[in-house]
Amino acid sequence: MTKKLREALVTSPSFIWLTLFFAIPSLIVLAFTFHGHTANGGVGEWSLSTWRELVDPDYPVIVWKTIRISAEVTAWCILLALPCAYAIARMKTKWRAIVAGAIMLPFWTNFVVRVFAWKTMLHPDGWLQHCYFAFLQFRAWCFEWLPPSVRGFCVWSGLASPTPPDPASSTILDSETAVVLVSVYTLLPFAIMPLYTAAEKFDFSLMEAARDLGAKSFYAFRKVFIPGIRQGLVSAFLMVFIPAIGSYVIPQMLGGTNCVLIGNKIFMRAIQNRNIPHASALATLMAVSVFLPLGCALWWRRHQAARDKREVEVRAARLMLGGTK
Amino acid sequence: MSGFLEFQGVTKRFGHVLAVNDVSFSVKKGEFFSLLGPSGCGKTTLLRLIAGFEQPDEGRILLDGQDITRLPANKRSVNTVFQNYALFPHLSVYDNIAFGLRVARRPKDEIEREVAAMLRLVQMEDKADRFPNQISGGQKQRVAIARALVNKPRVLLLDEPLAALDLKLRQRMLLELDLIHDEVGITFLYVTHDQGEAMSLSDRIAVMHSGVCEQIASPAEVYEAPKTSFVASFIGDTNFFDGVVTSFPENNYCKLDINGFAEVVCYNDKQKAIGDRVNLSLRPEKFRVSVDPPPRQNPHMNVLRARVEDIIYSGNHTNYWVSVGARRVAVYQQHLGYLLDEKPIRWGDDVWLYWDADTGYMLDDYAPIDESLLPPKAPGGAASANPFTSGREDGAAK
Ligand SMILES: Nc1ncnc2c1ncn2[C@@H]1O[C@H](COP(=O)(O)OP(=O)(O)O)[C@@H](O)[C@H]1O
Ligand SMILES: [Mg+2]
Repeated sequence: MTKKLREALVTSPSFIWLTLFFAIPSLIVLAFTFHGHTANGGVGEWSLSTWRELVDPDYPVIVWKTIRISAEVTAWCILLALPCAYAIARMKTKWRAIVAGAIMLPFWTNFVVRVFAWKTMLHPDGWLQHCYFAFLQFRAWCFEWLPPSVRGFCVWSGLASPTPPDPASSTILDSETAVVLVSVYTLLPFAIMPLYTAAEKFDFSLMEAARDLGAKSFYAFRKVFIPGIRQGLVSAFLMVFIPAIGSYVIPQMLGGTNCVLIGNKIFMRAIQNRNIPHASALATLMAVSVFLPLGCALWWRRHQAARDKREVEVRAARLMLGGTK
Repeated sequence: MSGFLEFQGVTKRFGHVLAVNDVSFSVKKGEFFSLLGPSGCGKTTLLRLIAGFEQPDEGRILLDGQDITRLPANKRSVNTVFQNYALFPHLSVYDNIAFGLRVARRPKDEIEREVAAMLRLVQMEDKADRFPNQISGGQKQRVAIARALVNKPRVLLLDEPLAALDLKLRQRMLLELDLIHDEVGITFLYVTHDQGEAMSLSDRIAVMHSGVCEQIASPAEVYEAPKTSFVASFIGDTNFFDGVVTSFPENNYCKLDINGFAEVVCYNDKQKAIGDRVNLSLRPEKFRVSVDPPPRQNPHMNVLRARVEDIIYSGNHTNYWVSVGARRVAVYQQHLGYLLDEKPIRWGDDVWLYWDADTGYMLDDYAPIDESLLPPKAPGGAASANPFTSGREDGAAK
């Protein structure tokens, strides 16, 4: 048996799996977008009408909002998960299993039930509402201090609003904050687990080596621990960001009309309007919007790495020349 | 008298384990100082106390007159070469070495210059852009040394740096370490369980045993004048005898009655009285065995009859196990002449066993020799019983 054949055999199960459950469905979704829809919810003739209907000024706003909120959720999750993962990896083996189990505990309760529980907690008479209003006031106060150019950017990107909060209309329920908060709550375990797995494999004597070389704890954390668990960070990012992009239950139940994301739109088009091609087009649009920048970023990184490598080679050559002097 | 690096009554406990027990010593500036002891005796803990990774429960550590006992690790001007190297896997050799300089925010051109100098010192100029997983063990070792030295530490701490290398490489790195020490002139504190490494590199050695510093002296002194039975048996091989002082035939000499062995003359510079029990350590290479009687007799020469029980020929020398009465004695004999010209010694031969009274060493304090204290030493490849063990049993059986 040749090496090639053996490799093909070994990789074939995952290849078949990906083809059956990822590539083909994706292609079907893509194909749907080039169809019209029929009145009874079916897929119509080949046409570009679906793509033409997609030129709705609302969609870019919603796509951007979805990306922004998912990024916020991912950032919070990773920010919170990093110290957790670090702490768990430093615990005694016995405690690690207990704490890791505790992190998984919420999964024993139905997801929708948990979101409903949050709905109660976010009630306008609850303490979270008070915290929220205080937070809004604080944000408005900070906003005052920002230079105009940064202010403009914050308003443009949706990070801050130009008007001061109004106690009557500022409820945490049906707000973007509620969606971010509960999404972080739901997705946090998915960030902690890969980070913890990576941190457990991390050689903590490297932290001592860094401290030995004069680094403060935080410097060592940034320059040694974070690069050391890079794989875990990538997994955590994917595990949180992708579900966040596709989430629709949380914005539906807690975001009200203030936080309609692409997931809600797709749900609306597919189930309420029974327009499968339109929903497919929205899904495609979302996927392209996410993967195009990601792909560009990756290409840019590779480009940079190649340049760095050349620089290192030049430096090494210089060193060798210096050495023979 | 105060040294450059000073330990004052330092004690460190891990729960009930007394890892370092009231250790005091001082290292001179520029010295190559070794901590030698079997695994688990607290060497690494001692090193970590200096590096700042552990805090002592009692005692003080002074560096150049400054009390560094409570100083955090990143503020101490000492650097460590770790037992497993602990190179940063995500950084190239160059960046690994530059790490400490970058932490200290040194100017860019200075970093480049210093790192280049270090790469040259450890002969790794051509591997600057490799990553730790792309270089061999010996090369990792060099990078670890360079990474520590580039910060110009006041003391360089090395934790068994050669333990992970194979024999050939170890011997070469040993030489290079010596050269590096001569070149940079920094104080080296070297931890090892290998007496050979410690003996060949160090200016002075501290021999440690279960958290206690048993002796601090030059390699020759540690070998020739061991303070305790542990030191005597850990450094090199030795024959232990448990005897009683019977008389003082002349100044600085005494006669010992060694139970089950003989009455022997021994050099004595200790405060001993008749009837005192003493431990006598006789190194195997200090004995001579021959078929012919010894050439000349003098009052300090101990001459006994012995029977050869075992012979292990190893080229430049031969190890003999001979028995005197019920005692077995290990003898290492260099071949001074051409072996085939000497009268051959065979198994079962009755031979003369003789040694000069000056070559034995009486330990300061008598202690019944506790075997569990001594590292086990199998006779080189021989299947026979350990002569040291049998010798000691006789001595202790009294
Ligand atoms: N972090 C620790 N926790 C508990 N016990 C320890 C710890 N570090 C070392 N010890 C104990 O202290 C003793 C000395 O260990 P160590 O200094 O590593 O010895 P060495 O380096 O000489 O082999 C050993 O008995 C070891 O088990
Ligand atoms: Mg050790």
